[in-house]
Amino acid sequence: MAVAYEPDPTFGQAVQERSGAPILRCYFCQKCTAGCPVAYAMDYKPAQIVRLVQLGQKEAVLSSGAIWLCVGCETCGTRCPNQIRLAPMFDTLRYMALEGGYKPEPSVYALHRSFLDSIRLWGRVHELSMLMAYKLRSRDLFSDLAMGIGLILKGKISFLPERIRGLSQVRKLYETGASEVER
Amino acid sequence: MKFAYYPGCTIGTTAVEFGLSTDAVCEALEVELVELEDWNCCGASSAHSLDHELSLRLPARNVALAQGTGLDIVAPCPACYQHILAADIKLREDEEWRREMEGVLGFTYDGEGRPRHLLEVLSTPEMIEAVRQKVTRPLEGLRVVSYYGCVLVRPPEITGWDDPEHPVRMDLLMEAIGAEPVDWSYKVDCCGASLALSRSDVVTTLSTRLAEAAREAGADVIACACGMCQINLDTRQALEERVPVLYFTELMGLAFGLPGVGKWLGKHTVDPRPVLRERGILP
Repeated sequence: MAVAYEPDPTFGQAVQERSGAPILRCYFCQKCTAGCPVAYAMDYKPAQIVRLVQLGQKEAVLSSGAIWLCVGCETCGTRCPNQIRLAPMFDTLRYMALEGGYKPEPSVYALHRSFLDSIRLWGRVHELSMLMAYKLRSRDLFSDLAMGIGLILKGKISFLPERIRGLSQVRKLYETGASEVER
Repeated sequence: MKFAYYPGCTIGTTAVEFGLSTDAVCEALEVELVELEDWNCCGASSAHSLDHELSLRLPARNVALAQGTGLDIVAPCPACYQHILAADIKLREDEEWRREMEGVLGFTYDGEGRPRHLLEVLSTPEMIEAVRQKVTRPLEGLRVVSYYGCVLVRPPEITGWDDPEHPVRMDLLMEAIGAEPVDWSYKVDCCGASLALSRSDVVTTLSTRLAEAAREAGADVIACACGMCQINLDTRQALEERVPVLYFTELMGLAFGLPGVGKWLGKHTVDPRPVLRERGILP
Protein backbone atom coordinates (compact mmCIF):
# COMPACT_ATOMS: atom_id res chain seq x y z
CA MET A 1 0.00 0.00 0.00
CA ALA A 2 2.96 2.28 0.44
CA VAL A 3 3.06 3.30 -3.21
CA ALA A 4 4.21 6.85 -3.82
CA TYR A 5 2.37 8.61 -6.59
CA GLU A 6 3.12 11.95 -8.16
CA PRO A 7 0.79 14.39 -6.36
CA ASP A 8 -1.88 16.29 -8.27
CA PRO A 9 -1.97 19.70 -6.59
CA THR A 10 -5.46 20.50 -7.90
CA PHE A 11 -7.07 17.30 -6.57
CA GLY A 12 -7.89 18.38 -3.01
CA GLN A 13 -9.55 21.59 -4.14
CA ALA A 14 -11.47 19.74 -6.86
CA VAL A 15 -12.86 17.14 -4.44
CA GLN A 16 -13.71 19.85 -1.93
CA GLU A 17 -15.62 21.91 -4.48
CA ARG A 18 -17.52 19.05 -6.06
CA SER A 19 -18.54 17.37 -2.81
CA GLY A 20 -19.21 20.55 -0.85
CA ALA A 21 -17.25 19.04 2.05
CA PRO A 22 -14.52 21.35 3.48
CA ILE A 23 -11.90 18.60 3.31
CA LEU A 24 -8.92 20.92 3.57
CA ARG A 25 -9.94 21.75 7.17
CA CYS A 26 -9.19 18.23 8.44
CA TYR A 27 -6.60 18.14 11.26
CA PHE A 28 -6.53 14.34 11.43
CA CYS A 29 -8.28 13.71 14.75
CA GLN A 30 -9.49 10.42 13.21
CA LYS A 31 -12.93 10.43 14.80
CA CYS A 32 -14.26 9.40 11.37
CA THR A 33 -12.08 6.30 11.30
CA ALA A 34 -12.89 5.48 14.92
CA GLY A 35 -16.63 5.47 14.28
CA CYS A 36 -16.68 3.96 10.80
CA PRO A 37 -18.32 0.52 10.84
CA VAL A 38 -16.56 -0.62 7.67
CA ALA A 39 -13.12 0.91 8.32
CA TYR A 40 -11.82 -2.51 9.38
CA ALA A 41 -12.34 -3.76 5.83
CA MET A 42 -10.87 -0.71 4.05
CA ASP A 43 -7.39 -0.55 2.56
CA TYR A 44 -7.11 3.14 3.51
CA LYS A 45 -9.19 4.28 6.52
CA PRO A 46 -11.54 7.27 6.15
CA ALA A 47 -9.15 9.75 7.84
CA GLN A 48 -6.33 8.48 5.63
CA ILE A 49 -8.45 9.01 2.53
CA VAL A 50 -9.11 12.59 3.64
CA ARG A 51 -5.38 13.13 4.21
CA LEU A 52 -4.49 11.60 0.85
CA VAL A 53 -7.02 13.91 -0.82
CA GLN A 54 -5.39 16.90 0.91
CA LEU A 55 -2.00 15.72 -0.34
CA GLY A 56 -3.20 15.41 -3.93
CA GLN A 57 -2.69 11.65 -4.01
CA LYS A 58 -5.28 11.16 -6.72
CA GLU A 59 -4.01 7.81 -7.98
CA ALA A 60 -3.93 6.22 -4.54
CA VAL A 61 -7.39 7.49 -3.64
CA LEU A 62 -9.23 6.76 -6.87
CA SER A 63 -7.80 3.27 -7.18
CA SER A 64 -8.49 2.38 -3.54
CA GLY A 65 -11.09 -0.19 -2.50
CA ALA A 66 -12.09 2.02 0.42
CA ILE A 67 -14.11 4.41 -1.72
CA TRP A 68 -16.39 1.52 -2.75
CA LEU A 69 -16.94 0.30 0.81
CA CYS A 70 -18.39 3.47 2.32
CA VAL A 71 -22.12 2.83 2.73
CA GLY A 72 -22.98 6.45 3.52
CA CYS A 73 -24.10 5.81 7.11
CA GLU A 74 -23.09 9.40 8.00
CA THR A 75 -21.48 8.51 11.35
CA CYS A 76 -18.22 10.25 10.37
CA GLY A 77 -19.85 13.43 9.13
CA THR A 78 -22.07 13.66 12.21
CA ARG A 79 -19.03 13.50 14.51
CA CYS A 80 -16.48 15.56 12.55
CA PRO A 81 -15.36 18.60 14.58
CA ASN A 82 -14.65 20.40 11.29
CA GLN A 83 -18.09 19.75 9.79
CA ILE A 84 -16.64 17.65 7.01
CA ARG A 85 -19.30 15.30 5.69
CA LEU A 86 -17.32 12.38 4.38
CA ALA A 87 -20.27 10.57 2.76
CA PRO A 88 -20.62 13.14 -0.05
CA MET A 89 -16.83 13.10 -0.35
CA PHE A 90 -16.85 9.32 -0.87
CA ASP A 91 -19.68 9.69 -3.43
CA THR A 92 -17.61 12.29 -5.28
CA LEU A 93 -14.53 10.07 -5.24
CA ARG A 94 -16.53 7.24 -6.80
CA TYR A 95 -17.79 9.55 -9.57
CA MET A 96 -14.25 10.73 -10.22
CA ALA A 97 -12.96 7.15 -10.27
CA LEU A 98 -15.57 6.14 -12.84
CA GLU A 99 -14.92 9.21 -14.98
CA GLY A 100 -11.17 8.64 -14.80
CA GLY A 101 -11.44 5.00 -15.86
CA TYR A 102 -10.30 3.54 -12.53
CA LYS A 103 -11.53 0.04 -11.84
CA PRO A 104 -14.29 -0.07 -9.24
CA GLU A 105 -14.65 -2.87 -6.67
CA PRO A 106 -16.39 -5.32 -9.02
CA SER A 107 -19.11 -6.77 -6.78
CA VAL A 108 -20.14 -3.42 -5.30
CA TYR A 109 -20.25 -1.79 -8.71
CA ALA A 110 -22.17 -4.72 -10.22
CA LEU A 111 -24.84 -4.47 -7.52
CA HIS A 112 -25.35 -0.72 -7.93
CA ARG A 113 -25.44 -0.98 -11.73
CA SER A 114 -27.97 -3.84 -11.64
CA PHE A 115 -30.09 -1.92 -9.17
CA LEU A 116 -30.18 1.24 -11.31
CA ASP A 117 -30.92 -0.82 -14.44
CA SER A 118 -33.89 -2.37 -12.66
CA ILE A 119 -35.34 1.05 -11.82
CA ARG A 120 -34.82 2.20 -15.41
CA LEU A 121 -36.64 -0.91 -16.64
CA TRP A 122 -39.64 -0.89 -14.29
CA GLY A 123 -39.66 2.38 -12.33
CA ARG A 124 -39.30 0.34 -9.15
CA VAL A 125 -36.76 -2.26 -8.17
CA HIS A 126 -37.76 -5.81 -8.97
CA GLU A 127 -35.58 -7.80 -6.63
CA LEU A 128 -35.63 -11.20 -8.32
CA SER A 129 -34.58 -10.05 -11.80
CA MET A 130 -32.21 -7.48 -10.28
CA LEU A 131 -30.51 -10.22 -8.27
CA MET A 132 -30.17 -12.45 -11.33
CA ALA A 133 -28.64 -9.58 -13.31
CA TYR A 134 -26.28 -8.90 -10.41
CA LYS A 135 -25.21 -12.52 -10.19
CA LEU A 136 -24.47 -12.72 -13.89
CA ARG A 137 -22.60 -9.45 -13.83
CA SER A 138 -20.53 -10.29 -10.75
CA ARG A 139 -20.08 -13.94 -11.85
CA ASP A 140 -21.03 -14.92 -8.33
CA LEU A 141 -23.82 -17.35 -9.09
CA PHE A 142 -24.15 -19.49 -6.02
CA SER A 143 -23.75 -17.41 -2.87
CA ASP A 144 -26.84 -16.78 -0.73
CA LEU A 145 -28.95 -19.29 -2.68
CA ALA A 146 -30.30 -20.94 0.48
CA MET A 147 -31.20 -17.56 1.91
CA GLY A 148 -32.95 -16.59 -1.32
CA ILE A 149 -34.98 -19.79 -1.33
CA GLY A 150 -35.89 -19.21 2.32
CA LEU A 151 -37.19 -15.73 1.47
CA ILE A 152 -39.19 -17.09 -1.49
CA LEU A 153 -40.79 -19.71 0.76
CA LYS A 154 -41.79 -16.99 3.20
CA GLY A 155 -43.43 -15.07 0.38
CA LYS A 156 -40.92 -12.22 0.61
CA ILE A 157 -39.74 -12.20 -3.01
CA SER A 158 -42.20 -11.33 -5.75
CA PHE A 159 -41.89 -13.10 -9.08
CA LEU A 160 -43.49 -10.50 -11.30
CA PRO A 161 -42.22 -6.93 -11.57
CA GLU A 162 -44.52 -3.93 -11.23
CA ARG A 163 -44.13 -1.48 -14.07
CA ILE A 164 -45.16 2.08 -13.24
CA ARG A 165 -47.16 4.18 -15.69
CA GLY A 166 -44.78 7.12 -15.54
CA LEU A 167 -41.86 5.07 -16.82
CA SER A 168 -41.05 7.46 -19.68
CA GLN A 169 -40.66 10.22 -17.11
CA VAL A 170 -38.32 8.08 -15.03
CA ARG A 171 -36.23 7.33 -18.12
CA LYS A 172 -35.96 11.05 -18.80
CA LEU A 173 -34.64 11.47 -15.25
CA TYR A 174 -31.82 9.08 -16.16
CA GLU A 175 -30.43 11.47 -18.78
CA THR A 176 -27.83 13.01 -16.50
CA GLY A 177 -24.70 12.35 -18.54
CA ALA A 178 -23.00 10.35 -15.76
CA SER A 179 -20.40 7.82 -16.83
CA GLU A 180 -20.99 4.10 -16.87
CA VAL A 181 -18.17 1.57 -16.81
CA GLU A 182 -19.90 -1.15 -18.82
CA ARG A 183 -23.34 -1.95 -20.05
CA MET B 1 -54.26 12.79 10.73
CA LYS B 2 -53.52 12.16 7.07
CA PHE B 3 -50.31 11.56 5.10
CA ALA B 4 -49.18 10.90 1.54
CA TYR B 5 -47.73 7.42 1.93
CA TYR B 6 -44.54 6.41 0.12
CA PRO B 7 -44.16 2.67 0.79
CA GLY B 8 -40.90 2.10 -1.14
CA CYS B 9 -39.77 -1.04 -2.94
CA THR B 10 -39.18 -3.37 0.03
CA ILE B 11 -42.54 -2.92 1.72
CA GLY B 12 -44.33 -5.38 -0.58
CA THR B 13 -41.48 -7.90 -0.64
CA THR B 14 -38.61 -8.46 1.79
CA ALA B 15 -40.17 -6.15 4.39
CA VAL B 16 -43.74 -7.35 3.88
CA GLU B 17 -44.38 -7.63 7.63
CA PHE B 18 -43.29 -3.99 8.02
CA GLY B 19 -45.88 -2.93 5.44
CA LEU B 20 -48.69 -5.02 6.88
CA SER B 21 -48.03 -3.95 10.46
CA THR B 22 -47.70 -0.29 9.39
CA ASP B 23 -51.11 -0.42 7.69
CA ALA B 24 -52.74 -2.09 10.70
CA VAL B 25 -51.18 0.12 13.37
CA CYS B 26 -51.91 3.35 11.48
CA GLU B 27 -55.49 2.28 10.97
CA ALA B 28 -55.85 1.57 14.69
CA LEU B 29 -54.44 5.01 15.51
CA GLU B 30 -56.63 6.71 12.89
CA VAL B 31 -53.61 7.84 10.92
CA GLU B 32 -54.74 7.80 7.31
CA LEU B 33 -52.12 6.76 4.75
CA VAL B 34 -52.96 7.70 1.17
CA GLU B 35 -50.53 5.88 -1.10
CA LEU B 36 -48.79 8.14 -3.64
CA GLU B 37 -50.18 7.24 -7.02
CA ASP B 38 -47.59 5.64 -9.35
CA TRP B 39 -44.56 6.30 -7.11
CA ASN B 40 -41.09 5.27 -8.29
CA CYS B 41 -38.02 3.90 -6.53
CA CYS B 42 -35.99 6.59 -4.73
CA GLY B 43 -32.69 5.23 -6.11
CA ALA B 44 -31.58 3.99 -2.68
CA SER B 45 -27.84 3.54 -2.08
CA SER B 46 -27.13 2.80 -5.71
CA ALA B 47 -28.10 6.16 -7.19
CA HIS B 48 -25.99 8.26 -4.85
CA SER B 49 -23.11 5.80 -5.17
CA LEU B 50 -22.85 6.20 -8.94
CA ASP B 51 -24.69 9.35 -9.98
CA HIS B 52 -25.38 12.31 -7.70
CA GLU B 53 -27.82 14.01 -10.05
CA LEU B 54 -29.89 10.83 -10.44
CA SER B 55 -30.02 10.41 -6.65
CA LEU B 56 -31.88 13.73 -6.44
CA ARG B 57 -33.95 13.41 -9.60
CA LEU B 58 -35.55 10.04 -8.83
CA PRO B 59 -36.99 11.07 -5.45
CA ALA B 60 -37.94 14.51 -6.87
CA ARG B 61 -40.60 12.76 -8.95
CA ASN B 62 -42.17 11.43 -5.75
CA VAL B 63 -42.15 14.90 -4.22
CA ALA B 64 -43.87 16.09 -7.42
CA LEU B 65 -46.56 13.41 -7.05
CA ALA B 66 -47.40 14.69 -3.57
CA GLN B 67 -47.79 18.31 -4.68
CA GLY B 68 -51.24 19.76 -4.50
CA THR B 69 -52.35 17.35 -1.78
CA GLY B 70 -50.98 19.61 0.96
CA LEU B 71 -49.96 16.44 2.79
CA ASP B 72 -46.61 15.51 4.31
CA ILE B 73 -45.02 12.45 2.72
CA VAL B 74 -44.40 9.64 5.17
CA ALA B 75 -42.01 6.77 4.41
CA PRO B 76 -41.35 3.67 6.52
CA CYS B 77 -37.87 3.16 5.02
CA PRO B 78 -35.10 5.44 6.39
CA ALA B 79 -33.19 5.48 3.09
CA CYS B 80 -36.29 6.43 1.09
CA TYR B 81 -37.03 9.04 3.73
CA GLN B 82 -33.55 10.51 3.54
CA HIS B 83 -33.45 10.62 -0.26
CA ILE B 84 -36.88 12.20 -0.57
CA LEU B 85 -35.87 14.69 2.09
CA ALA B 86 -32.67 15.58 0.21
CA ALA B 87 -34.64 16.10 -3.03
CA ASP B 88 -37.20 18.24 -1.22
CA ILE B 89 -34.45 20.43 0.25
CA LYS B 90 -32.85 20.78 -3.18
CA LEU B 91 -36.21 21.81 -4.68
CA ARG B 92 -36.69 24.28 -1.86
CA GLU B 93 -33.24 25.85 -2.03
CA ASP B 94 -31.97 25.61 -5.60
CA GLU B 95 -34.20 27.68 -7.83
CA GLU B 96 -32.51 26.79 -11.09
CA TRP B 97 -32.74 23.08 -10.36
CA ARG B 98 -36.33 23.42 -9.26
CA ARG B 99 -37.26 25.03 -12.60
CA GLU B 100 -35.48 22.27 -14.48
CA MET B 101 -37.31 19.55 -12.53
CA GLU B 102 -40.64 21.32 -12.87
CA GLY B 103 -40.06 21.23 -16.63
CA VAL B 104 -39.03 17.57 -16.81
CA LEU B 105 -41.77 16.40 -14.45
CA GLY B 106 -44.52 18.84 -15.40
CA PHE B 107 -45.45 20.13 -11.94
CA THR B 108 -45.23 23.24 -9.83
CA TYR B 109 -43.42 22.94 -6.53
CA ASP B 110 -45.46 24.44 -3.70
CA GLY B 111 -43.21 23.35 -0.82
CA GLU B 112 -46.20 22.73 1.41
CA GLY B 113 -45.53 19.17 2.52
CA ARG B 114 -42.45 17.91 4.30
CA PRO B 115 -41.04 14.36 4.04
CA ARG B 116 -41.19 12.44 7.31
CA HIS B 117 -40.25 9.05 8.60
CA LEU B 118 -42.93 6.79 10.03
CA LEU B 119 -41.21 6.61 13.42
CA GLU B 120 -41.03 10.41 13.58
CA VAL B 121 -44.78 10.60 12.97
CA LEU B 122 -45.75 7.83 15.39
CA SER B 123 -43.57 9.00 18.29
CA THR B 124 -44.68 12.60 18.88
CA PRO B 125 -45.85 13.28 22.45
CA GLU B 126 -49.51 13.37 21.32
CA MET B 127 -49.12 10.14 19.41
CA ILE B 128 -47.40 8.42 22.35
CA GLU B 129 -50.46 9.33 24.41
CA ALA B 130 -52.77 7.92 21.72
CA VAL B 131 -50.64 4.76 21.64
CA ARG B 132 -50.98 4.34 25.41
CA GLN B 133 -54.77 4.50 25.05
CA LYS B 134 -54.74 1.76 22.41
CA VAL B 135 -52.72 -0.79 24.37
CA THR B 136 -54.84 -3.74 25.40
CA ARG B 137 -52.07 -6.27 25.96
CA PRO B 138 -48.99 -4.48 27.36
CA LEU B 139 -45.74 -6.26 26.50
CA GLU B 140 -44.80 -6.60 30.14
CA GLY B 141 -41.48 -8.26 30.80
CA LEU B 142 -40.27 -8.03 27.21
CA ARG B 143 -36.80 -6.53 27.14
CA VAL B 144 -36.31 -4.53 23.93
CA VAL B 145 -33.28 -2.73 22.53
CA SER B 146 -34.25 -0.06 20.02
CA TYR B 147 -32.09 -0.09 16.92
CA TYR B 148 -32.11 3.14 14.90
CA GLY B 149 -29.32 2.30 12.47
CA CYS B 150 -27.80 4.94 10.25
CA VAL B 151 -29.72 7.45 8.15
CA LEU B 152 -32.91 7.49 10.22
CA VAL B 153 -31.35 10.12 12.49
CA ARG B 154 -28.39 11.25 10.38
CA PRO B 155 -27.17 13.62 9.14
CA PRO B 156 -28.78 15.68 11.92
CA GLU B 157 -28.75 18.86 9.81
CA ILE B 158 -31.49 17.42 7.62
CA THR B 159 -33.27 14.93 9.93
CA GLY B 160 -33.18 16.72 13.26
CA TRP B 161 -36.10 15.10 15.11
CA ASP B 162 -34.06 12.95 17.48
CA ASP B 163 -30.55 12.94 18.89
CA PRO B 164 -28.08 11.51 16.32
CA GLU B 165 -25.97 9.72 18.96
CA HIS B 166 -28.55 8.85 21.61
CA PRO B 167 -31.97 8.81 19.96
CA VAL B 168 -34.83 7.90 22.30
CA ARG B 169 -38.09 8.13 20.41
CA MET B 170 -38.37 4.43 19.61
CA ASP B 171 -37.51 3.67 23.25
CA LEU B 172 -40.35 5.97 24.36
CA LEU B 173 -42.74 4.09 22.08
CA MET B 174 -41.57 0.76 23.50
CA GLU B 175 -42.23 2.07 26.98
CA ALA B 176 -45.69 3.25 25.94
CA ILE B 177 -46.63 -0.27 24.81
CA GLY B 178 -45.52 -1.72 28.12
CA ALA B 179 -42.20 -3.23 27.04
CA GLU B 180 -39.00 -2.66 28.95
CA PRO B 181 -36.65 -0.44 26.91
CA VAL B 182 -33.09 -1.63 27.42
CA ASP B 183 -30.19 0.75 26.99
CA TRP B 184 -27.33 -0.41 24.78
CA SER B 185 -24.41 1.20 23.07
CA TYR B 186 -25.09 0.14 19.47
CA LYS B 187 -28.36 1.90 18.73
CA VAL B 188 -26.97 4.05 15.91
CA ASP B 189 -24.26 1.72 14.55
CA CYS B 190 -24.74 0.80 10.89
CA CYS B 191 -25.54 -2.79 9.81
CA GLY B 192 -23.59 -2.53 6.54
CA ALA B 193 -26.72 -1.67 4.58
CA SER B 194 -26.32 -2.04 0.82
CA LEU B 195 -23.23 -4.25 1.11
CA ALA B 196 -25.65 -7.10 2.01
CA LEU B 197 -25.08 -8.92 -1.27
CA SER B 198 -21.92 -7.43 -2.71
CA ARG B 199 -19.86 -7.76 0.49
CA SER B 200 -21.94 -10.07 2.64
CA ASP B 201 -18.81 -10.80 4.73
CA VAL B 202 -18.91 -7.21 6.01
CA VAL B 203 -22.63 -7.34 6.76
CA THR B 204 -22.22 -10.66 8.56
CA THR B 205 -19.49 -9.17 10.76
CA LEU B 206 -21.52 -6.04 11.57
CA SER B 207 -24.85 -7.83 12.10
CA THR B 208 -23.25 -10.39 14.36
CA ARG B 209 -21.61 -7.67 16.42
CA LEU B 210 -24.96 -5.86 16.76
CA ALA B 211 -26.81 -9.02 17.77
CA GLU B 212 -24.07 -9.82 20.28
CA ALA B 213 -24.32 -6.34 21.77
CA ALA B 214 -28.09 -6.77 22.11
CA ARG B 215 -27.56 -10.11 23.88
CA GLU B 216 -24.96 -8.60 26.18
CA ALA B 217 -27.41 -5.86 27.15
CA GLY B 218 -29.87 -8.60 28.09
CA ALA B 219 -32.40 -7.95 25.33
CA ASP B 220 -35.05 -10.47 24.29
CA VAL B 221 -35.59 -8.82 20.93
CA ILE B 222 -34.27 -5.99 18.77
CA ALA B 223 -36.79 -3.40 17.55
CA CYS B 224 -36.00 -1.64 14.28
CA ALA B 225 -37.50 0.82 11.83
CA CYS B 226 -35.84 -0.17 8.54
CA GLY B 227 -36.31 -2.99 6.04
CA MET B 228 -32.61 -3.14 5.29
CA CYS B 229 -31.56 -3.27 8.97
CA GLN B 230 -34.16 -5.94 9.59
CA ILE B 231 -33.18 -8.28 6.77
CA ASN B 232 -29.47 -7.84 7.42
CA LEU B 233 -29.75 -8.61 11.13
CA ASP B 234 -32.42 -11.26 10.68
CA THR B 235 -30.56 -13.25 8.02
CA ARG B 236 -26.87 -12.54 8.67
CA GLN B 237 -26.26 -12.62 12.42
CA ALA B 238 -23.97 -15.60 13.01
CA LEU B 239 -24.82 -16.36 16.63
CA GLU B 240 -25.73 -19.73 18.02
CA GLU B 241 -28.59 -18.19 19.99
CA ARG B 242 -29.91 -15.68 17.53
CA VAL B 243 -31.83 -12.58 18.58
CA PRO B 244 -35.22 -11.97 16.91
CA VAL B 245 -35.48 -8.65 15.06
CA LEU B 246 -38.93 -7.06 14.88
CA TYR B 247 -40.28 -3.90 13.35
CA PHE B 248 -41.45 -1.43 15.99
CA THR B 249 -44.85 -1.52 14.29
CA GLU B 250 -45.12 -5.28 14.83
CA LEU B 251 -44.54 -4.81 18.56
CA MET B 252 -47.16 -2.04 18.59
CA GLY B 253 -49.63 -4.33 16.80
CA LEU B 254 -48.96 -7.04 19.38
CA ALA B 255 -49.68 -4.62 22.24
CA PHE B 256 -52.83 -3.36 20.50
CA GLY B 257 -54.02 -6.97 20.14
CA LEU B 258 -54.50 -6.52 16.39
CA PRO B 259 -55.55 -9.37 14.14
CA GLY B 260 -52.90 -10.38 11.61
CA VAL B 261 -50.00 -10.34 14.06
CA GLY B 262 -49.51 -14.09 13.65
CA LYS B 263 -48.99 -13.67 9.93
CA TRP B 264 -46.33 -10.97 10.38
CA LEU B 265 -44.44 -12.94 12.99
CA GLY B 266 -44.31 -15.96 10.67
CA LYS B 267 -42.30 -13.99 8.09
CA HIS B 268 -39.10 -13.80 10.13
CA THR B 269 -35.96 -15.87 9.64
CA VAL B 270 -35.22 -15.82 13.38
CA ASP B 271 -38.62 -16.85 14.77
CA PRO B 272 -39.66 -14.35 17.46
CA ARG B 273 -42.57 -16.51 18.70
CA PRO B 274 -40.68 -18.72 21.18
CA VAL B 275 -39.39 -15.77 23.23
CA LEU B 276 -42.78 -14.03 23.03
CA ARG B 277 -44.41 -17.19 24.41
CA GLU B 278 -41.78 -17.45 27.10
CA ARG B 279 -42.60 -13.93 28.23
CA GLY B 280 -46.31 -14.72 28.22
CA ILE B 281 -47.05 -12.29 25.39
CA LEU B 282 -48.21 -14.95 22.95
CA PRO B 283 -50.38 -17.84 24.18
